[in-house]
Amino acid sequence: MEIDRPDGRTQNQLRPLACSRNILNRAHGSARWSQGDTIVLAAVYGPKAGTKKNENPEKASIEVIWKPKTGQVGKAEKEYELILRRTLQSICVLTINPNTTTSVTLQVVNDDGSLLPCAINAACAALVDAGIPLKHLAVAICCSLTGSGSVVLDPSKLEEQKMEAFMYLVFPNSVHSVLPEGSLHVDGEPMEHGIITSVTHGVMSVDDYLHCLERGHAASARISDFLRRSLQSQALGNPSKAA
Amino acid sequence: MGSSGASGNLEGEMEVDAFRRLFPLRFHERHLLESIRPDARPLERARESTVALGAVASADGSAMAKIGHTTMLAAIKMEVMTPSSESPDEGCVAIDFHMPPICSPFVRPGRPAEVAPVIAKQLSDAITSSGMINLKELSLTTGKAAWMAYLDVYCLDADGALFDAALLSAVAAFSHLQIPAVSINEDGRVVTMSREDGDGKLANDPVIKERRKLTLNCILFSLTCILHKKYILADPTAEEESVMETHVTVVLDSSSRLVSLYKPGGPVLAYASAVQDCIALTRHRVKELQKILNEAISDMEVD
Repeated sequence: MEIDRPDGRTQNQLRPLACSRNILNRAHGSARWSQGDTIVLAAVYGPKAGTKKNENPEKASIEVIWKPKTGQVGKAEKEYELILRRTLQSICVLTINPNTTTSVTLQVVNDDGSLLPCAINAACAALVDAGIPLKHLAVAICCSLTGSGSVVLDPSKLEEQKMEAFMYLVFPNSVHSVLPEGSLHVDGEPMEHGIITSVTHGVMSVDDYLHCLERGHAASARISDFLRRSLQSQALGNPSKAA
Repeated sequence: MGSSGASGNLEGEMEVDAFRRLFPLRFHERHLLESIRPDARPLERARESTVALGAVASADGSAMAKIGHTTMLAAIKMEVMTPSSESPDEGCVAIDFHMPPICSPFVRPGRPAEVAPVIAKQLSDAITSSGMINLKELSLTTGKAAWMAYLDVYCLDADGALFDAALLSAVAAFSHLQIPAVSINEDGRVVTMSREDGDGKLANDPVIKERRKLTLNCILFSLTCILHKKYILADPTAEEESVMETHVTVVLDSSSRLVSLYKPGGPVLAYASAVQDCIALTRHRVKELQKILNEAISDMEVD
């Protein structure tokens, strides 16, 4: 079933991705991630000494600050902060720098749909740029469902409003490893099929959700490849940052 | 002999308690090995839940929900407002969630709890996106007057699965809601009639809408599960939530459609099979909660 999208994309086509790192002078790590017209700037400061109250001092703590494009920080921004913090905590190796806090600040430059996935991808690239130890990367994607049950990837703001339901999914990236094939499989499923984060809006059937999961995997592999290429090329081009 | 036995018993208890505090993860994993939880529940069993309708006399609809020790009080106040120009024939629902310092040792006075705005957002997302309430039904006169329903959920005791209890109390409060009768006075303004007026027909003003119940298109119920290694624990307590950090919240409506599947990060990855297990557990839980809510409603009607 073909669906006409306002920008002429096919259902499975993502908007053009762009990622640039090390763009802020004073931050320990920074990245700018854009998917079409959705642009998010991420900055990482830390690890700084000490953790906040009620945090486990035996582990590193992550703090996320969300800056909206305009207006005050409301409930939606608080929710984004919590989801981002929990997502980033799950990919960081928290035992390496105990009793430290790393702050990740996200500035929305422009919102044209799929904002949270874009921010997660930006935060992930900024953590790599800052040299924070990570277990693996996280790749985020937005899938939306039309009334007839077909899946549309990476919707723009206009499409998001028209859709029956949409969901933000975060998967681990596909790991290239020297370990033998299969060692990264859990119960016969490759690790990158596990969901780190899932946030849904709107009503859908369970089958539709599982269908979206599959499409999400496929798309996340493409974003993962893009992220890997972009990180490698910039690492080669800019050796001074590593020192 | 008796006294020495008693002290021996006490020592044993002290040891378990110390172990629980010092090695919480090992304490819980040791239980999971035996397929049991520290409060003697099997892994997939939710805590005992109760719903009491009409807990707040001054509100138009209210309910108190308890899941284990977690206690939520929900109350709805109806107010007449002018509808927005974009949707002149629709009312509005405003949802807020409060965590006062009495609910948990981790909430300190003067500092709002971090999760409170997030749960409020989740609640309003679930209730508005599911279409549980027909907003057109809250309209009084097109473009001039409509109902604004203020739903406030107060957490009185936070012992895990906050969202589940908050949603249960919110849904129960909506099913208890009585929309007051309204009339138009001489100036053409819409005024609500107090209950006595409505019953006694004392007011001379024309009644444009009688006192009525709100029809709910569907009923939402949710279940939070913890994923830990290969285990799935339904309806966690606050202690379990703090030790095992991967939570999945599934919201289903009465026709088993998925309203929300919420997993904010966590060290354990959820594979499709685990997701399906969580949904199956929620389906089972929906039946339980439906029964509890129906009983509460029929108890109310008898009174």
